[in-house]
Amino acid sequence: MKIVVCIKQVPDTKGGVKFNPDGTLDRGAMLTIMNPDDKAGLEAALRLKDQYGAEVTVVTMGLPKAEEVLREAMAMGADKGILVTDRVLGGADTWATSTTVAGAIRNLEYDLIITGRQAIDGDTAQVGPQISEHLDIPVISYAQDIKVEGDSVIVERQYEDRYHVVKAKMPCLITALSELNEPRYMTPGGIFDAYKKELTVWGRADLKDVDDANLGLKGSPTKIAKASDKVRKGAGEKVTLDPDESVSYIVDKLKVKHVI
Amino acid sequence: MDFTLSKEHEMARSLFKEFAEKEVKPLAQEVDETEAFPRETVEKMAKLGFLGIPVPKEYGGQGCDPLTYAMCVEELSKVCGTTGVIVSAHTSLCCDPIMTYGTEEQKQKYLIPLAKGEKLGAFGLTEPGAGTDAQGQQTKAVLDGDEWVLNGSKCFITNGKEADVYVIFAITGTVEKRGRLTKEISAFIVEKGTPGFTFGTKEKKMGIRGSSTYELIFTDCRIPKENLLGQQGKGFGIAMHTLDGGRIGIASQALGLAEGALETTIAYVKERKQFGRAIGAFQNTQFQLADMATKVQAAQLLVYKAAMAKATQKVYSVEAAMAKLYAAEVAMEVTTKAVQLHGGYGYIREYDVERMMRDAKITEIYEGTSEVQRMVISGSLLK
Repeated sequence: MKIVVCIKQVPDTKGGVKFNPDGTLDRGAMLTIMNPDDKAGLEAALRLKDQYGAEVTVVTMGLPKAEEVLREAMAMGADKGILVTDRVLGGADTWATSTTVAGAIRNLEYDLIITGRQAIDGDTAQVGPQISEHLDIPVISYAQDIKVEGDSVIVERQYEDRYHVVKAKMPCLITALSELNEPRYMTPGGIFDAYKKELTVWGRADLKDVDDANLGLKGSPTKIAKASDKVRKGAGEKVTLDPDESVSYIVDKLKVKHVI
Repeated sequence: MDFTLSKEHEMARSLFKEFAEKEVKPLAQEVDETEAFPRETVEKMAKLGFLGIPVPKEYGGQGCDPLTYAMCVEELSKVCGTTGVIVSAHTSLCCDPIMTYGTEEQKQKYLIPLAKGEKLGAFGLTEPGAGTDAQGQQTKAVLDGDEWVLNGSKCFITNGKEADVYVIFAITGTVEKRGRLTKEISAFIVEKGTPGFTFGTKEKKMGIRGSSTYELIFTDCRIPKENLLGQQGKGFGIAMHTLDGGRIGIASQALGLAEGALETTIAYVKERKQFGRAIGAFQNTQFQLADMATKVQAAQLLVYKAAMAKATQKVYSVEAAMAKLYAAEVAMEVTTKAVQLHGGYGYIREYDVERMMRDAKITEIYEGTSEVQRMVISGSLLK
């Protein structure tokens, strides 16, 4: 079985968020991690590899610095890494990103593609399903459990209050939730091996069956009006009152704010 | 000269840090309070290869360099000195001599399960009457047919009752050296469960309280002839060379303790308010932190240099002695200052720096006291 896992390097939410003047993220200036949902997707692929035997290829699109998440993925057990990087691909929205990633995956053989549900920087949950549309294969999103049976996958698809068991014939695409599993740690030896492995680097010219009009900032229909970091809340006000006084105090505050 | 770590080392550090924060730190206080050996943590570390970091892959290890191993002990010790010394004693004092002096059969039988973490290792040199004076050994080994018969005892043995494989030193005769009769010391591999090998009392310690420190007792303990480690009579050299490596492990532990105390204190002084200001706003605090950070950085450079020397040089005794001497003294100084900056809270067991200060003291004592390190260093200057 051949599994392609799409991963993304995202800002570490513990670090500060920085923006470019055009409203896009200044990824070069931030502390970064592997997107948590993607890491769960990678872990799912590695478990399938452990259980059934598989070749796991990780693909990422990003700055040259995104090599780090590919090395991390290989240190966890992925077999190959492909970095798609090119200036003309920069500033991509979900449409341009999925076009690019699909263009890269068209060069590969695969039975299963796993992506994270969504990235913690954009939170759109669009790229995975869009890739499946570009490649014309079925998608099962929000996977909380994945099993392989013959040439099909059986996936528990999560809803707020229940889950559906969905079966799809491979090749197909699955989007994974971070709740799917607890990703394994790297191993020290695995890290050094990962850096010895060759990494494939692709640019625009290596993408198959894509139109320039659908790539990069120019090919992105999404226009960002304004982006901002989370507004930090003030320290607030602390008061110590008995329960009855507290009720009156809170009700008064809510009245002042016209909440009630 | 380039002081930046390679990408591999940076990533290895992030792995050790993440593991330490998630798996080790939450248990550190309980391990100290209850003096409970953190068996589950050791099993988790075994699965990830942390118990065989510098051992070649063909012997079940991770095939990494001594610097990677040093960083592992450092990061573990930042949050828990006990966990740091468990890894250090196992790796430096048991895996390393078997890797260096063991026969192929011994490596297959003992090193592979040790490096995979299926078995835990320990080292027995110290005796009640033989600490710094390691030549003052009393434990004897006599060859009887195809077996060595061990009699005597070892004390203050780290990983004592929890280990499975022990590297033990004993007198196997006397030799004439420069007209004087001296004890001939040899090294042996002893397995737990060997008849005649029992444990004495568990030591109640000031710090690293979760580490299992026991007396080992040998009473007509018969081990196979082939469990002699290295050549007969070469035991003292094996012990000294092993301790050179061990000192890098303990230096890393000391470094980690100092770094942990510094990080904890930096966070504390930003929060703690006195006279309407965070105490970090006072110049005394700032200057103390500056001194602590500078010394921690200097200790780290010495420790990393010693680790690199182990990778590239045949002899690295002086580098290891300097790293251990300095890192241990910095650990004691920095943890003590950390307690001081925490004020009354620093004296309370609920606060990590209290444990760190108690843990730090042993780094000036075991695997060669600071005085022994000064002997090694000055000896190399005046030879």
